[in-house]
Amino acid sequence: MFTSFLNSMPGAVAQGIIWGIMAIGVYITYKILDVADLSVDGSFGTGGAVLVICMSNGIPVAPAMLIAFAAGCVAGFVTGIFHVHFGIPAILSGILTQLGLYSINLRILGGKANVGLNPRNYNLLLSLGNPVNAIIVGLVIVVILILLLYLFFGTNLGSALRATGNNQNMARANGINTNTAKILGLVISNGIVAFSGALLAQFQGYADINMGRGAIVIGLAAVIIGEVLFHKIFKNFALKLLGAIIGGIIYYLVITLVLSIKIPISDTFTIKLDANDLKLFTALVVAIFLGIPYWKKTISAKRIGTAPKYTAVSSTDSEKEGN
Amino acid sequence: MLTISNLHKTFNPGTINEKRALCGVDLTLEDGDFVTIIGGNGAGKSTLMNMIAGVFPPDCGQIIIDGDEVTRLPEYKRAKYLGRVFQDPMMGTCGDMWIEENLALAAKRGQSRGLGWSINKKNRAFFKEHVTQLGLGLENRLTTNVGLLSGGQRQALTLLMATLQSPKLLLLDEHTAALDPKTAATVLELTDKLVGENNLTTLMITHNMKDAIAHGNRLIMMHEGRIIYDVRGAEKKALTVDQLLAKFSEASGGHFANDRMMLSN
Repeated sequence: MFTSFLNSMPGAVAQGIIWGIMAIGVYITYKILDVADLSVDGSFGTGGAVLVICMSNGIPVAPAMLIAFAAGCVAGFVTGIFHVHFGIPAILSGILTQLGLYSINLRILGGKANVGLNPRNYNLLLSLGNPVNAIIVGLVIVVILILLLYLFFGTNLGSALRATGNNQNMARANGINTNTAKILGLVISNGIVAFSGALLAQFQGYADINMGRGAIVIGLAAVIIGEVLFHKIFKNFALKLLGAIIGGIIYYLVITLVLSIKIPISDTFTIKLDANDLKLFTALVVAIFLGIPYWKKTISAKRIGTAPKYTAVSSTDSEKEGN
Repeated sequence: MLTISNLHKTFNPGTINEKRALCGVDLTLEDGDFVTIIGGNGAGKSTLMNMIAGVFPPDCGQIIIDGDEVTRLPEYKRAKYLGRVFQDPMMGTCGDMWIEENLALAAKRGQSRGLGWSINKKNRAFFKEHVTQLGLGLENRLTTNVGLLSGGQRQALTLLMATLQSPKLLLLDEHTAALDPKTAATVLELTDKLVGENNLTTLMITHNMKDAIAHGNRLIMMHEGRIIYDVRGAEKKALTVDQLLAKFSEASGGHFANDRMMLSN
């Protein structure tokens, strides 16, 4: 049982890195902009679909990745317009985009539920057949991406985006167009998500209409696992992004481990989870990790006992920390 | 510097919650005027200030700042004229960002934000110099998250941010109301200092009548969406709290309906 787990470890790590890149996109909306953007379930698939179709039409891998990134940006832009200019709440805007993208992704894939990309016929960046190479390529991309984002969020524009997510009143009072900032954040985020979708399509050798289903939850899982485990040591922004990558890797290692477990109940009945159970497992993992900060807070509140309620300043602070 | 004419605002018109917040406010501020605003609950003080800041549009009327009509300009575009400090110390700063990052955001108020570094050697020295003048010891904590500061420190920082590049008009919306008396006094002292040094045109809402009399060169009392009393210069300096209360009863035909205001005097 454990040999099968060890054998599948490099693949799990590679896949964890790819989903970790996706989680960095989620981090930008969820942590920086303070918006839960569900369009990523659609834009992840868009990235994969665009890459596969581009490459099977003879476009080399690098420009194909760029086109996939741009397609994701457009999806994020649409969500941003829905949210900002149609006045639709962010969550619902994302759901609308995600739903619409299902049809668009099917169109991109030429009406087929999945389209393959044989690694023997194409010059791919990474592939399931060589997971160690995939890990190396993935890590190089991670380093470049984190560096770019670190630099961007240190600029005046990036700083305006952070201020928008942190305190919209303050941002507007200081002349920041918070609407534009939100749209820009959604554009960058979905671009990165589509980019990772393009990586996954190469890794698994096909794009699938359902490949993005539940992406937001996996992204959140990676972000939250990274945060819960490393928030004490990863204070720097670049390290926090790295936390999301490590969160993604841990998530996939746990998934692989869980899939390799067999619990014999009786001679005829053995509990064994398969890939179909993964969505349930993911949902539970995310629920638990989202619950941990909340439980910590309620437990410490009980320990303090009857804390005075009039210290409004400190109570809002602790509420913020709980988010 | 600021000309407001015939400003009207009714919230929830045509419903049971209809509230006439401003009923024809006219106000002209000269260059360098420091005006304190007092008034009971629901007098329209904050509505007036929010309308100047562009938080919501007026039903009718006109707002002109420094010769530019801003009545229909969105909040973020008006920011280039305005420095603002809010009642809630949380509201004027970004708690998850450093002191110097907050200052850098404020230093860019009214300018386009591109891909230049928000913090560089030059502006860091500039920020340090200004923060030192606050006298709170924050100059050695420029890379501390603002969320770790006390309410008073945050308010002092917000005040510095609001005045960092001299605004045409400084708007202070009960900016000491959430602070303890001693801190409030310190922040008010700092307000006087910054306003004086930069000769800023200022509007300050306060619920404390003593402060309203002691600070600024002009005092305005509001009631039910109107300015009912406007006094300046020597006459204002000579006011007492009792006179103000009498003035209020006279003008409004009732008692001062602001518990906090009564308690704090």
